[in-house]
Amino acid sequence: MDAIILQILNGLDKGSAYALIALGLTLIFGTLGVVNFAHGALFMIGAFCAVLLQRIMGLSYEQVDPEKTDFLGKPLVVKVPYVESWFGADFGAWLINWSVPLSILLAIPVMLLVGFIMERGLIKHFYKRPHADQILVTFGLAIVLQELIKYFFGANPIQTGAPTQFAGSMDFGAILGFDPNVIMYPYWRLVYFAFAAVVIFGVFAFLQFTTFGMVVRAGMADRETVGLLGINIDRRFTLMFGLAAAVAGVAGVMYTPILAPNYHMGMDFLVLSFVVVVVGGMGSLPGAVAAGFLLGILQSFASMNEIKSLIPGIDQVIIYLVAILILLTRPRGLLGRAGVMEE
Amino acid sequence: MLGLSKKDTTFLFIVIGLTMLTPFLLQPFPEGTGLTTFNAGYPDLMQRIAIFGIFAIGFNILFGLTGYLSFGHAAFLGVGSYSTVWMYKLLGYNVLPGLLLAIVVSALFALLIGYVSLRRSGIYFSILTLAFAQMCYNLAYSVLTPLTNGETGLQVYSNDPQVLMGDGSPTSPHFFGIVMNESAKLNLGGWEFTFNNGYYFVAIIAILAFYVSLRIFRSPFGLMLRAIKTNQTRLNYTGVNSRPYTLAAFVISGMYAGLAGGLLASMDPLAGAERMQWTASGEVVLMVILGGAGTLLGPVLGAGFIKYFENIFSKINDQVLHQWFSWMPDGIENLLIGISHFFVGKSWHLTLGLLFMLVVIFLPGGLVEGGQRIAGAFRSRKSKDDGKHAPKAQPSAAE
Repeated sequence: MDAIILQILNGLDKGSAYALIALGLTLIFGTLGVVNFAHGALFMIGAFCAVLLQRIMGLSYEQVDPEKTDFLGKPLVVKVPYVESWFGADFGAWLINWSVPLSILLAIPVMLLVGFIMERGLIKHFYKRPHADQILVTFGLAIVLQELIKYFFGANPIQTGAPTQFAGSMDFGAILGFDPNVIMYPYWRLVYFAFAAVVIFGVFAFLQFTTFGMVVRAGMADRETVGLLGINIDRRFTLMFGLAAAVAGVAGVMYTPILAPNYHMGMDFLVLSFVVVVVGGMGSLPGAVAAGFLLGILQSFASMNEIKSLIPGIDQVIIYLVAILILLTRPRGLLGRAGVMEE
Repeated sequence: MLGLSKKDTTFLFIVIGLTMLTPFLLQPFPEGTGLTTFNAGYPDLMQRIAIFGIFAIGFNILFGLTGYLSFGHAAFLGVGSYSTVWMYKLLGYNVLPGLLLAIVVSALFALLIGYVSLRRSGIYFSILTLAFAQMCYNLAYSVLTPLTNGETGLQVYSNDPQVLMGDGSPTSPHFFGIVMNESAKLNLGGWEFTFNNGYYFVAIIAILAFYVSLRIFRSPFGLMLRAIKTNQTRLNYTGVNSRPYTLAAFVISGMYAGLAGGLLASMDPLAGAERMQWTASGEVVLMVILGGAGTLLGPVLGAGFIKYFENIFSKINDQVLHQWFSWMPDGIENLLIGISHFFVGKSWHLTLGLLFMLVVIFLPGGLVEGGQRIAGAFRSRKSKDDGKHAPKAQPSAAE
């Protein structure tokens, strides 16, 4: 029992990341009808926003510390971050420590801007072109973005830590009445799951309860009619693209403590999240979220040693196997609507 | 001749001529000038261009002709490489059994994957092939280690059986005694030309592959594939079952990919899983798109273009840039170096991505269409000068 709970928990954070990326992909697909192969790159740019803020926070100048001396008795030169000298030592240290969550504040405007430029500059011209062209051009864009990041940040993964308050693990087992130390779960993964839940519910609430969301949903169902009603649907769709980019970006920011950002993480996640979208059903938001969590949890179950010894290699292929089975038995995916992408 | 129309025969002979003269064509700058960086007449690159040309020709039969965008063709490339290296390990360094096995095994793989994937079309087909290829890649990395040697990659060791190896047999890939990596050099004025056995071996196979694809393009089967691309629904309503045709196209393109993978192993007797990664499948899509999907010569052009720039652009470093721009005033020189630094050397992929986007956006027909447009512009200007109503330009053999 405890092993099962542990695997479900382990699957949650990966599932959250899949669900968040797939949510954005589906949003773009459902509203604009564009297959965006650059969505993984947006996730990566978000992650590198955290790296950037970490670098900015780390900028420092050298100062002679009169109170400390090195072993020869000379006064010691210490590095003082600018933020500490501007905002005071305590608040500065707090800022540095909390740079990952704070990066969200940087990432949202950056991602909105990136999304806006992408939609207006590129995607707009591809609404009427075949899906293959959309895939190809966004794939090219993904390569470009990836190379730019590689150029500025290098090819190696960059460690980006969570705030020290979230360093340890939580003893989940003790709460549920199992033996202590059986189910240990790192705090940050819990934070990530909670964050993902908030974002997902936020997006759903936005689409469900605001006028803007209502119009967008109507536009998803029938774009032309909404346009004929005198609503500027294009502008709203541009905003939706920005929103989807921002969701992918903040998902990337918060994932950095779990996986050190590197320049090809976008491509890695992209393939998986496409599989997630297809399993969930193209164009279905609940489907994308459900499939994201489902596949994340399945993957963590498949990586259990008991199951791996039973079926070797299952942990590597489980997601693809599930995707192939689902596509062949239920071509619309788990919760897909009829008539979407069924040429 | 050869079952081709007169125009196609001429076209084929032009291609043969170009392929055979490649060592000259890719070596336009004499030694000792600043432009030698752009010379590409060395065996490794020429072989790569020919091999990826074969890969792209095969992919074009599926994507350009039939309209199915597969994102998993690198899997067949990897399978081909692995089977060839296994033949080296078991029989000896002769490439023939390896290549035959590569074609057979990749055909079987393609039959299996195609049979399943072709139940869906459009983006679902792309995702299915992507999923299969990633599965192959992950399996080659982990569980199939006894067959693929995991991360290290498969290579030939001295304690392998190699039952057909005689005492005098060459210890690197060869074709009945013609050793692949041996080459003859010709010094002519300031130039040095390299004629490599391996290149000519690959080039002959590439010409055969090109000929087969030419025949497929001109056959009723090719016409059927074109019909599938144009409107599959309409075709189905006329009572044609399109599945066997698409499956045949898929298997043929898989065999081409397997052959290319086997040839990669004939250049260098080792095989690794990274050849199967999905970005490698993306590369062949880039080649076909860049050259012009659905055209005969386009894929080869695209493959040559990408492999050329991969090798040449990535060689250009700051030093070379300094040499080029040294005649300029310092400020402008540094500015130019700073800008061009983005696009060459390690970050040449940026150029590739940009180029690819530009082609998809502005030139959906690829380089071939670009060439036709330029030729068309010249032709129309000439006809204006003549003041006659020249008949519209016939599509060239490469249409």
